[in-house]
Amino acid sequence: MKAPGLRAYAIGYLIFLYAPIILLPIFAFNDSRIIAFPLSGFTTNWFAEMWADAQLWQALRNSLVISGSTAVIATVLGVFGARASTRYSFPGKGGLVGLIMLPLVLPEMIVAMSLLVVLLAISVPLSIFTVILGHVLITTPFAVAILSSAFQSLDKSLEEAAYDLGEGPVSTFRLIILPLVAPGIISSLLICFTISLDEFIIAYFLAGADTVLSSYIYSQFRFPAKVPAMLALGTILVLVSVLLLSIAEFFRRRGIAKTGGKDTGGFL
Amino acid sequence: MTAVNPALPKPTMIEFRDVHKYYGDYHALRGINGTIRAGEFFSLLGPSGCGKTTLLRTIAGFEGIDGGAVLIDGKDMARVPANKRPTNMVFQSYAIFPHMSVGENVGFGLRRDPRSASEKARAVEEALEMVGLKGYGNRAAHALSGGQRQRVALARALILKPKVLLLDEPLSALDKKMREHMQVELIKLQRQVGITFVLVTHDQEEALVMSDRIAVMFEGEIAQLADPETLYRRPNSKKVADFIGTMNFIPAQVLGETGGQIEIEAKGLGRALLSADQCPAGQGDSPMVGLRPETLTLMYPGQTTTERTVDGIIDEVIYFGDMTYYDVYLGGTDVEVRLSMRNTPGRPILDVGSKVDVAWSPEALVLFR
Repeated sequence: MKAPGLRAYAIGYLIFLYAPIILLPIFAFNDSRIIAFPLSGFTTNWFAEMWADAQLWQALRNSLVISGSTAVIATVLGVFGARASTRYSFPGKGGLVGLIMLPLVLPEMIVAMSLLVVLLAISVPLSIFTVILGHVLITTPFAVAILSSAFQSLDKSLEEAAYDLGEGPVSTFRLIILPLVAPGIISSLLICFTISLDEFIIAYFLAGADTVLSSYIYSQFRFPAKVPAMLALGTILVLVSVLLLSIAEFFRRRGIAKTGGKDTGGFL
Repeated sequence: MTAVNPALPKPTMIEFRDVHKYYGDYHALRGINGTIRAGEFFSLLGPSGCGKTTLLRTIAGFEGIDGGAVLIDGKDMARVPANKRPTNMVFQSYAIFPHMSVGENVGFGLRRDPRSASEKARAVEEALEMVGLKGYGNRAAHALSGGQRQRVALARALILKPKVLLLDEPLSALDKKMREHMQVELIKLQRQVGITFVLVTHDQEEALVMSDRIAVMFEGEIAQLADPETLYRRPNSKKVADFIGTMNFIPAQVLGETGGQIEIEAKGLGRALLSADQCPAGQGDSPMVGLRPETLTLMYPGQTTTERTVDGIIDEVIYFGDMTYYDVYLGGTDVEVRLSMRNTPGRPILDVGSKVDVAWSPEALVLFR
């Protein structure tokens, strides 16, 4: 290494990034309601406490419904958008794609506020459903971006070959295009799910009386006694995330190996 | 397949009637007329951007046309989509489905076939055997070499027994040895199955080797449609002559026409009488005569010939192993021609600056005016 300063910087950066996450499981198993060193002993009480929390289960259910629906809807919309933007040219395409991608850089606060105003004005009751609406809005650009690169790498003559061999547009899409963009679809589902699960502002503004996981966790931090149980929940979320990512990466690699493509690197 | 009696004229398989195609303002096909006969190996030859691939894709149905008509086997294809046409295509990229095995690729077109699974499997195996890939059915398609992919693409297209097989520069991705090998294989395959083949290529040598007839295209038009020998010996324009093989162009003057013959005087060669078939319709250019390098012969000392001779001075010698090319100034003029001599024992390679006699005959000339 030519520049030792850079090495120290890189190490420092990684510690800053991951050390807090490592603290989660440490304190989740610590036998004290006070979050501080030294550790006082091992316990699994916090997991039991978390497990018994009925409100938490309700919030989790709501969040899973929202994130699952968001991921599926945004990815389906993303498939259409990516297909249209990579395969066809039509007047105003550039502007249209730009508008679809705009929420990517639009502050969520603005999206949340404007949606809230509109929904209240047309008196739509706030619920899980309105949160899904908001989340689809902000995750669709991610889906379009991920799927566009998948569609872009698709050789156009593959479709023509299927067509030439007697298939119609629908069966060509199902038999040729869909299997070949499957890794992109898995990526898109996973990213949209994660973004939606994490999202706080829109969920907080638009959920009405329903609670979702992110706003529930935040509300619990007001009570110091509840914090260890939330750390236990956080530990489980970390484990589930790692598991999900590993599964997605496994399918991505398998897809690449099966079609003989070149691995162009990481998950995104 | 019933053998076609070569004495009978072959029936028409594809007919172009004043086909026009625009891409925005760009006029890609400018009134294509012509016919492709049943059972023929036909080539569309031309430089890139001449419209040959576009024309092929109008046969397949991937491109609509903006004027005229394309008929296949007497039927107007205007309202027939690509997946209902009696044509199949071998794509330039081969378009092998990468997520399927070789057998699944080849059998793809049989999905709508009412035959039983075992009959289809037999058809796939036969198609693979035909292209020399027997037993490859279970291999992953993406693991094949370029030449093997090409064969899979061929088997996949031929399994449906189309009336016309369309080939879009199928050999351009292969190396020279493999390409020459596949040229011969394709000719054999075409004779075996008897299907009409339409090949798109920019390689004039490939077109000459493989085709029964060739359409030479420039800028969206067919410049000449003829069999390879006519195309080579009697090109109908300077442009075609220049595109196919090597041609020497020599400035000439038309002296007069008598009884269907045309008398000309070519610089360095002198006067000659040409028959009408050596003089294609005028293009409005300044008159030139063309002659191929192999129609000129270098005379070695002591050799005699019944042909006419002209003296010359060797300006350049290019050695090719089996052949030597000489650039020679003719008859004390600044007219330089290239001639080719086969290198055989007893024929020394001559030096630059040597004075030589060059034999030629008026029958080898083509007049462009």
